[in-house]
Amino acid sequence: MHRRGVGAGAIAKKKLAEMSKQLDMFKTNLEEFASKHKQEIRKNPEFRVQFQDMCATIGVDPLASGKGFWSEMLGVGDFYYELGVQIVEVCLALKHRNGGLIMLEELHQQVLKGRGKFAQDVSQDDLLRAIKKLKVLGSGFGIIPVGGTYLIQSVPAELNMDHTVVLQLAEKKGYVTVSEIRSSLKWETERAKQVLEHLLKEGMAWLDTQAEGEAQYWLPALFTELYAQEITPEEAKEAIP
Amino acid sequence: MDRFSWTSGLLELGETLVVQQRGVRLCDGEEKVKFDMGVLLLSTHRLIWRDQKNHECCIAVPLSQIVFIEEQAAGIGKSAKIVVHLHPAASNKEPGPFQSSKYSYIKLSFKEHGEIEFYRRLSEEITQRRWENMPTGQTIQVNKDPQAFEDLSKLMEKAKEMVELSKSIANKIKEKQGDITEDETIRFKSYLLSMGIANPVTRETHGSGTHYHMQLAKQLAGMLQTPLEERGGIMSLTEVYCLVNRARGLELLSPEDLVNACKMLESLKLPLRLRIFDSGVMVIELQSHNEEEMVASALETVSEKGSLTADEFAKLVGMSVLLAKERLLLAEKMGHLCRDDSVEGLRFYPNLFLTQS
Repeated sequence: MHRRGVGAGAIAKKKLAEMSKQLDMFKTNLEEFASKHKQEIRKNPEFRVQFQDMCATIGVDPLASGKGFWSEMLGVGDFYYELGVQIVEVCLALKHRNGGLIMLEELHQQVLKGRGKFAQDVSQDDLLRAIKKLKVLGSGFGIIPVGGTYLIQSVPAELNMDHTVVLQLAEKKGYVTVSEIRSSLKWETERAKQVLEHLLKEGMAWLDTQAEGEAQYWLPALFTELYAQEITPEEAKEAIP
Repeated sequence: MDRFSWTSGLLELGETLVVQQRGVRLCDGEEKVKFDMGVLLLSTHRLIWRDQKNHECCIAVPLSQIVFIEEQAAGIGKSAKIVVHLHPAASNKEPGPFQSSKYSYIKLSFKEHGEIEFYRRLSEEITQRRWENMPTGQTIQVNKDPQAFEDLSKLMEKAKEMVELSKSIANKIKEKQGDITEDETIRFKSYLLSMGIANPVTRETHGSGTHYHMQLAKQLAGMLQTPLEERGGIMSLTEVYCLVNRARGLELLSPEDLVNACKMLESLKLPLRLRIFDSGVMVIELQSHNEEEMVASALETVSEKGSLTADEFAKLVGMSVLLAKERLLLAEKMGHLCRDDSVEGLRFYPNLFLTQS
């Protein structure tokens, strides 16, 4: 017969009480840290990176909840959650141009423009962290590594390894052809064509049949000429729910 | 141009890419050279230029060689330029395309725009001199503010203790030997929430929900009633995230907060619910909303027009393309529509096999 009050249950209750006390102490430590370094975190992208990396190492996610201590006392939450909203808006506004794929650099430039002169500096690392959080909302946010940087996906289109690899190949020139895919990746024509057609269907690639030689598949997300172009008022309307 | 060295173009350990721009020509002082169309990359340590036609051709100059930079505005038929004044090349410099040059500056000509952003970034990097803090090839980073770093490390030590403690509590709960009450489990979850520790407890009450999420769910039900009615009874979770956070202004919700609160809507018997489509798209619907009924009216609309893409349907009905597509996909799943999937896009037709059999 089990005696109540003894055993794992009682130990757990004790530990819970201990955690409650330690939590209060930790809160005090964090408040002290915040009073000295809160500004540093908000102003210095590198310090943010160090902060985030250390949190990850010990198994803590400072951005999990707006109700978390990190958010409440250091203000990191508001910084990233607001950035998330700005990222969603830029992606929505430009979706019809690029099919829902955008280079991290372009996203960065557009977000900075939207933030105006007096807003805090936002780094590409900040954008990536905000995007990782947005994934959980189910609207298809994804991060695709290409050529030393990243393509950001913002639509729920299925992009598998084949698609990703072709995007990486296209990154160098902004476009790709079936021959290039065959020679670089050693694929059959059919496989190459399937991938390209999928990208066309999703509006992520445009077909140039008038190109010299063979047809070229262009990725609007990779056009640098469009980078500096302002978001038009019509596009901005698309961005606001 | 004799300050440049040949390079593979790969970034070194500790070196980070800051910005890159296509369509840049290099000039040796006032003279054009063969490097007329390339991608210019700015890293924390170097300025790298890679030929767009021949990727093997790649040169770089360390940022430490830069004395100062100037902007030259675009003119008629002329691109905007950045003039980069350089120190003389070091004697131990790696070999490059030019042995000597009569100029002590180069010009970067931005034929495809991007000059303004690039100039801003380059100025920042030259001012911050990050290459001094991050000697490439090493993994040690020297922090500019050692006190902040030290304080941060101490704080993380304490946070780590909290993580360890929470793990041992979670193990006890998992073992199911405890008299842990439901209230205590909820308390524990709220501790985890405060610290940002992922919930390891598999025995769930209300999902990852805590009292905070319950309150939030009720708030959302109040806040979203009108916006939902204005949008035909349905909104994507991303739309909700933006709407709610813009309204709050401060103390914003994290995406996870929103999802966890929405997961509780149904069990709290609130007039909204969370729905997840096959595609993974998540929406909030009014309880009174019936997507399957909307499908019937969607079928009418498509029939009237013969056929529609998601974009066309969205414009006609005044919905977001994301939700328009989901409705058409649902209609297809229910057998009312069939698709024509071509390179011109995905188009939906009334399913005549069903109606005319």
